Amino acid sequence: MLLISNGRVMDPASGTDSPRDILLDGDRIAAVAPQGQLAERAKGAEIFDAANLIVAPGFIDLHCHLREPGGESSETIETGTRAAARGGFTAVCPMPNTRPVNDNVSVTRSILERAAAVSSVRVWPIGAASMGSKGEALSEIAAMKQAGIVAVSDDGHPIASAKLLRQVMDYCRALDLPVIDHCEDSSLFAGAVMREGKQSVRLGLRGMPAATESLAVARDVQIGELTSCRLHIAHLSARASLELVRAAKAKGLPVTCEVTPHHFTLTDEDVQYDTRYKMNPPLASREDREALIAGLADGTVDAIATDHAPHEPALKDVEFDRAPFGVTGFETAIALGLELVHAGKLSLMRLVELFTSGPARVLGMTRSLAENQPGDLTIFSTDHNWTFLAQESASKSRNSPFDGRTFRGAPMATIVAGRIAFRR
Amino acid sequence: MSYRFAHMLGIEPLSAEEIVFLLDQSKPFQEIQRHPLKKLATLRGKTVALAFFEPSTRTRISFATAASRLGADQMNLQAESSSLKKGESLLDTVRTLDAMKPDCIVIRHSSSGAPDFVARHLPLPVINAGDGTHEHPTQALLDALTIRDRRGTLENLNITILGDILHSRVARSNIHLLTKFGCRFTLCGPAMWLPRELECLGPAGTSIRRVTRIAEALEGADVVLTLRVQQERLHEPALPIDEYILQYQLTPERLRLARPDALVLHPGPMVRGLEIDPAVADGPQSCVLEQVTNGLAVRMALLFLMTGSGADAPPEKDFSHAAD
Repeated sequence: MLLISNGRVMDPASGTDSPRDILLDGDRIAAVAPQGQLAERAKGAEIFDAANLIVAPGFIDLHCHLREPGGESSETIETGTRAAARGGFTAVCPMPNTRPVNDNVSVTRSILERAAAVSSVRVWPIGAASMGSKGEALSEIAAMKQAGIVAVSDDGHPIASAKLLRQVMDYCRALDLPVIDHCEDSSLFAGAVMREGKQSVRLGLRGMPAATESLAVARDVQIGELTSCRLHIAHLSARASLELVRAAKAKGLPVTCEVTPHHFTLTDEDVQYDTRYKMNPPLASREDREALIAGLADGTVDAIATDHAPHEPALKDVEFDRAPFGVTGFETAIALGLELVHAGKLSLMRLVELFTSGPARVLGMTRSLAENQPGDLTIFSTDHNWTFLAQESASKSRNSPFDGRTFRGAPMATIVAGRIAFRR
Repeated sequence: MSYRFAHMLGIEPLSAEEIVFLLDQSKPFQEIQRHPLKKLATLRGKTVALAFFEPSTRTRISFATAASRLGADQMNLQAESSSLKKGESLLDTVRTLDAMKPDCIVIRHSSSGAPDFVARHLPLPVINAGDGTHEHPTQALLDALTIRDRRGTLENLNITILGDILHSRVARSNIHLLTKFGCRFTLCGPAMWLPRELECLGPAGTSIRRVTRIAEALEGADVVLTLRVQQERLHEPALPIDEYILQYQLTPERLRLARPDALVLHPGPMVRGLEIDPAVADGPQSCVLEQVTNGLAVRMALLFLMTGSGADAPPEKDFSHAAD
């Protein structure tokens, strides 16, 4: 048994924000009660003093890359999930672009078996929508669902054919699986390495316009309407895309979206040939960033997802246009979110929701702090001062644009299935 | 006033004073090109590494000749023969060059920012000899030297650039340089090569306008800079070459719309009959060959300033040491 005492319990699902003690027994929540009332039941339990800390449901990351199998020189399930635990995440959803691609049940099973052996947190794989994510034929979606995938996506290799996307969405509607799309019009993308704008013109780097994303969002929303399938827009970065999601939601369509910490923190003006600022979608304009923050606050955005994309140094230490896209993100996510709270742009409850019940809802789950719920908790401080050093990251990779950034607020403990997976 | 340059990665970060200093430093080296004996011993014992990761003839020969005339030895790396083809990274390649202990490295690379990347990793001076579609600082300096010689000033001129501005490092460096002296720019070419963001280059308050009609662009111009039409760019989007010639070729008739004493510059290599009419290329307003000669002077001045010995001693002092 583990008693989390003296904490400020924040549970967006129930709207609770008050001092509570939480007793965990086995892998479940046994009781939630006003402070001190569980003393009798908790006799003999390990006690975690959460004084001055926030106790929230376990954070869920809808979008990450653990690189195993096939990319173990950049990350493994073991190192990636250790970094996730340090970031306060109790469950992470790895994208299927491994080698081999997670497009069949044997790869799904091998990921889950490996996770069961070495993972610090829950691993909920996302299956490829098409075979090899080649955009030609459907993958073994039903079999992968039985094996444990929580969604499908061809992340990084967006489905170009509207016809195939329709088939995937029809099929997933019947399976009650959300389809996650990395929205990108490949003809507008055309070899770009950053967002098109003043900075791309100044640096002489090939840029892509915001419409590269929003055109694909518009298409997806319409195909979503045609099929009634749940559609989730990955790492949304442009104001135009956000407006399309807002309109779709107003119409009552089952459309959700996520935003990454780097997109709500940085802009294309921060790009200076440093490959740690290169990711896809690329950092957007200042106006886009402001729109994303407004969307986080007003509920248009459902989740904050990291798009944790580790790349070993040798891959990133090259010319800007030759470097792979992607930045790490697990360990800085909540601290970057708290920057918005400290700046008065987001309420703390809303931030917690974006890491917990928001992403759970995207996956068709509920997550709350109530008796018999899974014993997954994230305990964090809103004022702990610290500096993120990529060198000290649990990830195998170092490609973070936030290396050396000083933060106010940090994850203090991550509890997965009733056990402490990380403690600062 | 004297300035030191750790690297020469681009014109954008330089001040007008630093540019004037560099142009003034180039003057004695212009003189040398007229001497019967052109070789100095100024950089004897120094080594200049020329790392050309992108095919280049003119700029490479210009830098090599500049180094030779200063008495420096050279290491030559060319894309064709480089280990890049064998999969070696840029970083490993330049670290290998660095291990042979050159005193500076001159880089031409097809990736924008490659010289910045190398400068961040190597402990020696890096000179950008053209990076992707970013900057070509020595080209802008030699253009400025040519303009200043002919016009007596760089201040407040009307500069018109014709061609594919979006993909031109020469255009960017020229805009960065001449806007520091209050020059007004008119950029002219097919609309897809003239994104609105080009107007934001240069310091605040800079006048940069984009026009698609050549007649409008040439009116009142003091300097017309004609860019090479990069045929390899024409596929995106496919633009029939005859369309370009019809609308944008610099012909004697069109040039008459500019000021009577307007200068015509071209960074080369020039394709007669495409972006420029032969009568203009060979006409009295053309500065094309002066530009080439001035390129030597500018590059000699830079190598002299950046390979160590140059920072303290004025070049005139070394003229008597002419060797060979």
